Amino acid sequence: MNLLPSSASLIEKAARATPPSFVGKVRGLSDKAIAWIFIAPTLLLLLAINIFPLIWTIQLSFTNYRANRPNAPLRDVGLAHYNEILTNPDIWAAMQVTARFVIASIVIQTVLGFLLAWLIDRKFRGSGFLTTMILLPMMLSPAVVGNFWTFLYQPQIGLFNYIVAFVTGIPPSSFQMLGDVNLSPWAIVLVDSWMWTPYVMLICLAGLRSIPDYIYEAAEVDRASKWRQFWTITLPMAMPFIMLAVLFRGIENFKMFDMVNLLTGGGPGSTTEVASITLKREAFEKWRTGYSSAFAIILFVTVFGLANIYVRALNRVKSR
Amino acid sequence: MNGNRTAYSVVEPSHITKRIAGSIVVAYAMLTLIPLVWIVLTAIKSPPDSISYPPKVIPWVHFEPTIEGFCNLFTTRSRQTPEYLATLPPARGICESQARAKNMVVVSESKYIPRFLNSVIIAFGSTALAVFLGTLAAYGFSRFRVPLKDDLLFFILSTRMMPPIAVAIPIYLMYRELGLQDTRIGMILLYTSVNVSLAVWLLKGFIDEIPREYEEAAMIDGYTRLQAFRKVVLPQAATGIAATAIFCMIFAWNEYAFAVLLTSGDAQTAPPFIPIIIGEGGQDWPAVAAGTTLFLIPILVFTVLLRKHLLRGITFGAVRK
Repeated sequence: MNLLPSSASLIEKAARATPPSFVGKVRGLSDKAIAWIFIAPTLLLLLAINIFPLIWTIQLSFTNYRANRPNAPLRDVGLAHYNEILTNPDIWAAMQVTARFVIASIVIQTVLGFLLAWLIDRKFRGSGFLTTMILLPMMLSPAVVGNFWTFLYQPQIGLFNYIVAFVTGIPPSSFQMLGDVNLSPWAIVLVDSWMWTPYVMLICLAGLRSIPDYIYEAAEVDRASKWRQFWTITLPMAMPFIMLAVLFRGIENFKMFDMVNLLTGGGPGSTTEVASITLKREAFEKWRTGYSSAFAIILFVTVFGLANIYVRALNRVKSR
Repeated sequence: MNGNRTAYSVVEPSHITKRIAGSIVVAYAMLTLIPLVWIVLTAIKSPPDSISYPPKVIPWVHFEPTIEGFCNLFTTRSRQTPEYLATLPPARGICESQARAKNMVVVSESKYIPRFLNSVIIAFGSTALAVFLGTLAAYGFSRFRVPLKDDLLFFILSTRMMPPIAVAIPIYLMYRELGLQDTRIGMILLYTSVNVSLAVWLLKGFIDEIPREYEEAAMIDGYTRLQAFRKVVLPQAATGIAATAIFCMIFAWNEYAFAVLLTSGDAQTAPPFIPIIIGEGGQDWPAVAAGTTLFLIPILVFTVLLRKHLLRGITFGAVRK
């Protein structure tokens, strides 16, 4: 019996005193049965909608299957798709775009988010209300709000261009956030940071609030400067939280699809074509199902591998 | 920790520090809310006002608010000759008269309401299922010794790491075989499978916090395990279940990638629909903004309700306050 100490002994006593069938009737189902009845539906659902499709994807990745021609003869291509993807410069370009996007947005969001959290932790009046206000963007649909940003980014009529023009004095139609090869990656990073800086901020705030006051009091007694307190107490103690935020943002941004699809659709050219957009083009526009299945598997292994390495690093920081 | 700091604490920030910190945060909040305010303002502008340069900011001062955006959101219209319009009976309703003033007639209702209803049905359906399954599984993981528990929990979490487009490829094929393509039930099942991982992780945290002694006491009093679960654990976990439900709801409400790839008509939700609202000669921004405003309002309400549990929800229960 795998029960809690007190009731376990009770049930064991009862079990010894009465025949098993009678115990079953009196106490209802056994704990083991209940555990499995409770857990099985969730596992079955995940097996049906996540694992079975995953296995199917792996199988398709070795074939030349095309979803728009289901009756065409199926040919086994072995590892050809994997070989093609790993040597295809376009795929590497997409991976580079993704990596740059992930790194730029994480750096901006972490610095800004930590700074905001540190400021809010000064506990001025109204900080609770302001926190809720700041958090609003991250709760909204990235697709629906991202779509509205294309309006803000319009060269002549967009509010974003107007405000930039108003502050800097350059004409509002002289730059195109979404049409310019140099600016469009930053246009996406900006919207992403607008949405997700609050997320990093919220996690950092929890980290800062987890540091007990007495540590700072002791540092004050030892006459450590505020600067030194920040580097030796605040930052190290908040670090596991910062890393957690980076982990979550990293995985989410690696998968990024909605916002990019609506803001630029991967353009201009392929300057903002992140991996998810390439995958969508291959799978649902060119209908190269087998090829895109192989790419999907590579992406999944990449996320999974990176997340695993990162979680290990996270645990090391935590245990320090 | 909040509020019990005393005035003479050496670590209490000085008044000047607080004032400066407060001003910077207020400035950030104002800046970051501009796009949201702009969505609402655009929703009550006429199309020419919405694209004027310089932008018109203050209602009743810079521009006259109108419900044209909402009319254009809910109806489809067609342009007619003045001669034809003269033969029609007087306009019924505000939207019809608005259209007549522009030499147009209302042809039919737009698809916004059906799409919005799809969002509601799919969000509620998948949330109910995910929370139901999640509560059972979370209780199972929280209270019983399950073989490979950590591996199973990690497996449940890892299903959430897959890029949605990668998952969509086999789901697309599978749903085509099963006839679930572009059906609400298909989307409900899919969103349930995504949400159930969040539900299990969050609810396990909430249930872990309920002392086991409560159930033990109930069982000593003669309750079976199932009765104890229903009458002791569930009421105790009610807040956690509600918070989890809202998180699942928000995910399903906001989801775009699966919706745009797997639905096209009958089961299409609002997120893939709103970006393709077009008027005469390109995007009708007041109508898009009106649709966006209506779509965002439920989320704003939920965010305020959830603010105490937000942190927990967004970190899969990893960080608790």
